[in-house]
Amino acid sequence: MSIGATNARPFLEIKDLAVRFETDDGIVQAVSGSTFSLEAGQTLGIVGESGSGKSVTSLAILGLHRTRSNAKVSGEIWLEDQELVTATDEDVRKLRGGKMAMIFQDPLSAMHPYFTVGSQIVEAYRVHHPGVNKKVARERAIDMLARVGIPQPERRFNDYGHQFSGGMRQRAMIAMALVNDPKLLIADEPTTALDVTVQAQILDLIRDLQEEFHSAVIMITHDLGVVAELADDVLVMYGGKVIEKGAALEVFQNPQHPYTWGLLGSMPRLDREVRERLNPVKGSPPSLINLPDGCAFHPRCPYAGRNGNRSFTEVPELRGDAHKVACHLPSEDRNKIFQEEVLPNL
Amino acid sequence: MLSYIVRRVFNAIITLLVVTAVTFGIFFAIPKAIGTDPALLYIGKQSDPAAIEGIRQKMGFDDPIYVQYGNFLKGIVAGREYSNGPDVTDCPAPCLGYSFSTDQEVTPLLLEDIPVTLSLALGAAVLWLIIGISFGVVSALRRGSFVDRAAMTTALAGVSLPVYFTGLLSSAIFVYALGWLPESNYKPFTEDPGQWFTSLILPWITLAFLFAATYARLTRANMLETLGEDYVRTARAKGLTERVVIGKHALRSGLTPIVTIFGLDLGALLGGAVLTENVFNLRGLGYQALNAIRQNDLPVILGVTLIAAFFIVFANLIVDLVYGWIDPRVRLA
Repeated sequence: MSIGATNARPFLEIKDLAVRFETDDGIVQAVSGSTFSLEAGQTLGIVGESGSGKSVTSLAILGLHRTRSNAKVSGEIWLEDQELVTATDEDVRKLRGGKMAMIFQDPLSAMHPYFTVGSQIVEAYRVHHPGVNKKVARERAIDMLARVGIPQPERRFNDYGHQFSGGMRQRAMIAMALVNDPKLLIADEPTTALDVTVQAQILDLIRDLQEEFHSAVIMITHDLGVVAELADDVLVMYGGKVIEKGAALEVFQNPQHPYTWGLLGSMPRLDREVRERLNPVKGSPPSLINLPDGCAFHPRCPYAGRNGNRSFTEVPELRGDAHKVACHLPSEDRNKIFQEEVLPNL
Repeated sequence: MLSYIVRRVFNAIITLLVVTAVTFGIFFAIPKAIGTDPALLYIGKQSDPAAIEGIRQKMGFDDPIYVQYGNFLKGIVAGREYSNGPDVTDCPAPCLGYSFSTDQEVTPLLLEDIPVTLSLALGAAVLWLIIGISFGVVSALRRGSFVDRAAMTTALAGVSLPVYFTGLLSSAIFVYALGWLPESNYKPFTEDPGQWFTSLILPWITLAFLFAATYARLTRANMLETLGEDYVRTARAKGLTERVVIGKHALRSGLTPIVTIFGLDLGALLGGAVLTENVFNLRGLGYQALNAIRQNDLPVILGVTLIAAFFIVFANLIVDLVYGWIDPRVRLA
């Protein structure tokens, strides 16, 4: 906001973001101490299992927690030179769907069943272009439907969501999200609800459109394959915290956190023997109401305490230069474990 | 869509036929089977046998029950003649027979009652929709707030208190203690709109209180469910104002189940709001029904039952059609 702040600020910068929900059972610490940034035209993959805080992070960026009276958000979210945590509801609303847009996981439930697909896109366009008449907005919507690869867009404009196939429905959702040329697109597991054959098409589409619109994309997923295909950078989240982050290639080739190893190990791969079993991460995700002390992953971590340190009171800091990791184990020990025990089984 | 409507109308007609058959059976076949003579109900037990026989002939009580039923249906559709030799009485369609107790034609009797019931039911419906839905929506949006708690407590009272309690209590307060309203004395709207209005205020409020309570609770529950839907989140993510998110996206689906309930409630009420009409001395179908039951006036009971059934079946039909219009998923199914 200050005049002195020049273009040093990244396109999107998240500083120490924390989101918590006060519930009857206690305070749910959904996200804590999350810090990352994203440049225009880049793709950031956020990976983690259910409840790791990846979706909550995206809702916080869009300000969608604001209608929930029990949600508390702290930290800073800078979109170019605008801070969003302290911005007014009205200011954030104007950005939502305009400068920043979102694609959701299940396009069937994310579309209103009683309104035609076309009218929902028109609505999204007109709310950010108040002066535009219906005819122009309709043309824009049809144009968008055509651009995301929906055949006969003029006819499909009048169809309802349930009349579309799963893949076409997600394409329509993407058309709706992109109708205002957003500079930031958040895709929350956009392919999870789709057939495998359609998944690749949707990912290709997102990539093509990103190039065309030069927008920044946050791709939220639990599918590392998706990240590998699309992302420039990766955040790995666990228990509401970022536990590893770096360039996607780097994180894949040289993963540092035992949880990331677990994720990679549990990925099905075609080049593996069919009879070999997948290696799931044992145990279940932590309760966000009562997080374990120290690294939240340590109760499930097969290597915890290897270095003789069995005290997990301190939360490990996210350390490193470009490729950061939050782990109790010293990096030499981890490298050794990775080379000797993990890599041969990946 | 057209075949859907035709199918629904056909179903409605079948349903009405079944209702007429069952009610006719209950009212005319069972007395016959247990040896009660309907002719006696017309003319009194002390009458001379010749007169009783005359009635029996004229009304066709001696015919087999299916013939009687056939004549009854024919009367509704085309009118009928009751004859005993030279003594011929013409009953034009839709003929529902003659009242046992007053000897009047049932159809005009009931037609006189319908406007009263209609005034009561429609007026109350407008009230309870406005009150019930607005409190339901506000309660859902301000869940847990004072307004929510107050509205839901009042609603609980509304659901629990019977009409003859709230009705009599409000009469006692507003008519007799405070004197704000005149004693209920119904006049048709066409004759005296002012009196029509003042005589209906309390019945409307009493009836609306009962229904508004249910509607407020239902609306609240539906809205809470809808507000948690993904498509409401999508609407917000598009940057729509909260007014549009709630008023268009959430309300549209939140109120859909209300349409169903409303259709059925209104349909049922049009067949006579028995308690309210009797408490406030309104001569509508419900009042007529209770009266007829007291006097064993089978043709009138049968007539009221058929009209009530007609309204309910008709309301169902309308609900189905409206539903198909509101929810495109139903339309195509």
